[in-house]
Amino acid sequence: MPIEIDIAHVARLARIELSERQLADYRAQLGVILDHAARVQELPTEGVAPTSHPLDMVNAFREDIVRPSLDRDEVLSQAPDATDGFFRVPPSLDNE
Amino acid sequence: MKWEPVIGIEVHVELETQSKMFCGCAVDFEAEPNTNVCPTCLGLPGALPVPNRKAIEWITKIGLAFNCSISERSQFHRKNYFYSDQPKNYQISQFDVPVCHDGWIDVTVDGETSRIRVNRAHMEEDTGKSIHVGESGRIHSATETLLNFNRAGVPLVEIVSEADIRSAAQARAYAQTLRTVVAALGVSDAKLEEGSIRFDANVSIRPTGTEAFGTKVEVKNMNSFRSLERAVDFEILRQADILDQGGTIDQETRHWDEGEGVTHSMRSKEGSSDYRYFPEPDLLPIEVTDEWRNEIAATLPELPAARAARYMGLGVDADSATSLAGSDALTAMFQSSLAAGAPAQVAANWLTGEVTAWSRRAAIDIADSALTGAHVAQLAGMVAANLLSSTAAKEVLGYVLAGEGDPETVAAAHDLVQINDSGALESAVDQVIGENEDQFARLAGGEDKLIGFFVGQVMRVTGGKADPRAVTDIIRSRIG
Repeated sequence: MPIEIDIAHVARLARIELSERQLADYRAQLGVILDHAARVQELPTEGVAPTSHPLDMVNAFREDIVRPSLDRDEVLSQAPDATDGFFRVPPSLDNE
Repeated sequence: MKWEPVIGIEVHVELETQSKMFCGCAVDFEAEPNTNVCPTCLGLPGALPVPNRKAIEWITKIGLAFNCSISERSQFHRKNYFYSDQPKNYQISQFDVPVCHDGWIDVTVDGETSRIRVNRAHMEEDTGKSIHVGESGRIHSATETLLNFNRAGVPLVEIVSEADIRSAAQARAYAQTLRTVVAALGVSDAKLEEGSIRFDANVSIRPTGTEAFGTKVEVKNMNSFRSLERAVDFEILRQADILDQGGTIDQETRHWDEGEGVTHSMRSKEGSSDYRYFPEPDLLPIEVTDEWRNEIAATLPELPAARAARYMGLGVDADSATSLAGSDALTAMFQSSLAAGAPAQVAANWLTGEVTAWSRRAAIDIADSALTGAHVAQLAGMVAANLLSSTAAKEVLGYVLAGEGDPETVAAAHDLVQINDSGALESAVDQVIGENEDQFARLAGGEDKLIGFFVGQVMRVTGGKADPRAVTDIIRSRIG
């Protein structure tokens, strides 16, 4: 049974603009993925520890040691716009 | 209707590590913009985060200080949102299993102590800093935004209380208590004015005597304890007004405006699901074994509450003990004053009174002043020996703080030492009586208010260096 997705909401959260055609295509494709996830969820998992990572490892740390940063001019030269050592972007509000 | 406020506080603490949370860029807020950035904290494709061991130790330390349980295994999540201060379009944070959970701290307001539960303390990374450029400098009228990512990726601990707080004063006391504990741990410079510790309040109200929570509003942008208290007070009244008039509260984030003394609506709050948290695939789980936790617990310093209790055991009053214990500089000065022989309550009075007031006025840290514990002990000794009046003692302290020398030296240099030689005082009294025989006859005849006149005259003759009580005693002995 296909799962209903508010695909326009998902697109808005990702800040991407989609045509009607694309909305329909992605709704169908994401639906297939969710169906698959729903099938996986039917598996009996009682007593199985959740896996958040495929590797059986923990605590890969670095020590608190400063390492050189990048050259600022080189960094800012990659940005669409910069001024006085700052990145310059259009004003934004979180929820527009 | 009578309303009961229900308040929870979220606190963000920037850790004072050398390097950032997930990369080796320096944590340095003085640096030129965008000079402490690398592929990881700029979110460039292919860069991999690696957690800073010290930050994990320090959040564990914070958790232990707040009586939290430490998760044996926790993990990082991605919190997804679009805002230009976060170059990756997600923040690495923790979601279902934080490093620390289920703790508490005791908070005292007007002598009444309440236990405020701490829901969790989790590890995350700070955002960059935005400068909104525009006519008013405010976000709504900005024409462009300038970004500095030096702060992006600085280790940040978020400490979330349960909604156990019931007044604005208690919210302030919780925040102050929390700050003193974090400062005592030495993991953050914990300065509100520099944003290294930041407080947000979740405020709702409900009819007194009911259990169900009202709609909560998140209040941000308070940069002092006073503004936190004012903002919460304002928000309680604003909500009560709306509900009293039959309105409803919008779930939203509001911005405290210190100048106007009001909160303004900022934006509607995205629901938790809109952040689309999912486990951070680039980071392995964090495991804090019992052994590691015990090692960290062994590094905990004496915490302010225990320290204050110890000072009260020395006879210091509760308020002074709390003030002393809440400041590393005052604690150090108090301990060295005691070591130099100062009586505990006397030293406490000087340090929490005059010395603290001077430090605020001069904007100089007590630790950076010329004052030593030996000075405090000497000053206390001079007052006890009647060599300094309390007014003169304050003056002497001012000179000592200004770096002029020890109390004995500056008292002599400024001619502030009281005449303690009874012979000299008696001859001064007799001189004044000789010059004012009529008044003395009236005083002797029962006109007692003239005693003030005689004491004043003796003070004048001695250049203010006589102890008024001693002078009064001598005058009375002459009436005989």
